[in-house]
Amino acid sequence: MTTTTSSKSATAPRKLSLKENYALMTRGLGWDPTYQSVDKIFPFDTFEGIKIHNWDGWEDPFRLTMDAYWKYQGEKERKLYAIIDAFQQNNGQFNVTDARYINTLKLFLTGVSPLEYAAHRGYALAGRMFRGIGPRIACQMQAIDELRHAQTQIHTISHYNKYFNGLHDFKHMHDRVWYLSVPKSYFDDAMSAGPFEFVTAISFSFEYVLTNLLFMPFMSGAAFNGDMATVTFGFSAQSDESRHMTLGLEIVKFMLEQDPANVPIVQKWVDKWFWRGYRLLTLVAMMMDYMLPKRVMSWSEAWDTYFEQNGGALFQDLSRYGIRLPKYHEVAAKEKNRLSHEAWGTFYNYSQAAAFHTWVPSNQELDWLSEKYPDSFDRLYRPRLEYWREQQQEGKRFFNNTLPMLCQTCQIPMFFTEPDDPTKICYRETEYRGEKFHFCSDGCKDIFCDEPEKYIQAWLPVHQIYQGNCFPADVDPTAPDFNPLAEVLRYYGMNVGHDSGDYEGSPDSRNWESWTGRPASPRDEVEPKAA
Amino acid sequence: MDSVDKFHGQQLLYIGWEDHLMYCAPLCIPVNPQTPFRALTEQVIPSLYPEHPDTPKLRWDKVQWFRSGQPFTPDPALSLVENGLGHKAVIRFRAPSLSGINGSCS
Repeated sequence: MTTTTSSKSATAPRKLSLKENYALMTRGLGWDPTYQSVDKIFPFDTFEGIKIHNWDGWEDPFRLTMDAYWKYQGEKERKLYAIIDAFQQNNGQFNVTDARYINTLKLFLTGVSPLEYAAHRGYALAGRMFRGIGPRIACQMQAIDELRHAQTQIHTISHYNKYFNGLHDFKHMHDRVWYLSVPKSYFDDAMSAGPFEFVTAISFSFEYVLTNLLFMPFMSGAAFNGDMATVTFGFSAQSDESRHMTLGLEIVKFMLEQDPANVPIVQKWVDKWFWRGYRLLTLVAMMMDYMLPKRVMSWSEAWDTYFEQNGGALFQDLSRYGIRLPKYHEVAAKEKNRLSHEAWGTFYNYSQAAAFHTWVPSNQELDWLSEKYPDSFDRLYRPRLEYWREQQQEGKRFFNNTLPMLCQTCQIPMFFTEPDDPTKICYRETEYRGEKFHFCSDGCKDIFCDEPEKYIQAWLPVHQIYQGNCFPADVDPTAPDFNPLAEVLRYYGMNVGHDSGDYEGSPDSRNWESWTGRPASPRDEVEPKAA
Repeated sequence: MDSVDKFHGQQLLYIGWEDHLMYCAPLCIPVNPQTPFRALTEQVIPSLYPEHPDTPKLRWDKVQWFRSGQPFTPDPALSLVENGLGHKAVIRFRAPSLSGINGSCS
């Protein structure tokens, strides 16, 4: 490369105004193609039926140019990694309440962190699909944000993996393990839709409507329980998240303002992705009520505050476009007093096949649950937890050794109960192409019935196991000593007895006591084990 | 699609025990379609719920059955298929006198 000697007489280029700079570094990055038609270059932003008459009607939600973006993100990264380094050097992992808390992290890091990477891919894809430069830039920035979040969380996995079990191969597990198919299939569903549906699903329904229910309990839970690494990550991600929420609201308003024919399509997606996201948050309900040794608020309280109040106000605003509250929001309200108990019971049932531990809460914790759930806990859930504890003390820790029936849409075991009767499992079914399909709810059934060709392809872990697709390659299923469950766990990459099973007596809990000198769970509750 | 041809001669059967949610969800098992219904009650189902204190108290002649949610009366001598239970059929049973741990439907 050569440079020409600049003439001293030439005037220095005029510095661009902020506004000019902004225009050039956002919209100015697009161009009008000449060799191919726009429709041929962007074939995927029309098939969903969304009509856009004027792409310039897009309001940039981020108010950021690419050059400023790199500068801000670089500063955030430097601060974050300085704190993470300090955390690691000071053995910050031992400052958490007790090692039960780590199981919350395990579930988050194996269930949610891979979704950050999936989101990175999804936004890169959506960015390529939109013909309008505004949404393309927004998707590009979010794709990079999501990659950053994935990387940060993988560093966290790497650190905790040195001290605690179950985090050694999150990528392998994400593609195989039965409960991880729930978050994985949720994102696969979004990514295999069109770009408008993807952004509505993730940016609006998840990030805007539901994200507070994930980040608030998770980050405040981390703070309450002494996990400063996660709190720091939370702060670092927070400004990104608020941009993402803005994108969610902008995409929905943009579609609604462009053409009245878009309204019913958007409403259908809002209904679908509210329900898909809400089902995914079942895991959060269980974290809040059962897995945080120091609790922030109950799931029921969080749902009241963050969905019924805040979400209610949002949908009030959107009603001027003809958008109403998502279908089945009233079912979610009916389920708020039971969701966490049903979910925790399920993981307790199948703890031998999960890469984190479960336990019966201490008496004090049971009392907290009674207080938070006065109408349901003592009547329906406490008796089974106390029975399980008795059995365990007699050396007969309960496990369910038969695989559960799964919902075809959300892939969660069918433990959800009838909206008006928490003692009856909710069964829904339909027939398609001569085959029966089963669902946990009307919400999941409606989603299937709207796009059956999509959901009949679901990779349901239980069915895959029975088809023989979940054994390691070296296995001989005809061998006399063939043990299907053990082979499935080997296929999952689980280290039985270390990653899985009850918390009490686990290597994690024993290590915690020997490394920190502190009890692995509230001491007054630990009763002597049966001889 | 998880059609019956993929299950090596077996078909899937889903089984739920009403009012007994200690076993958190209905169970899914592969079965030979020619299995007599009697084998379900005599062998299969008790082996699925070994830890429940109500399992030894089950009296099969008193049990109410549901097929896809509708009451039905199985013929114990006939096979599953002859009882109208094809691939991915769902059956539930309810023992009117049993309501789980301390009556909690657990």
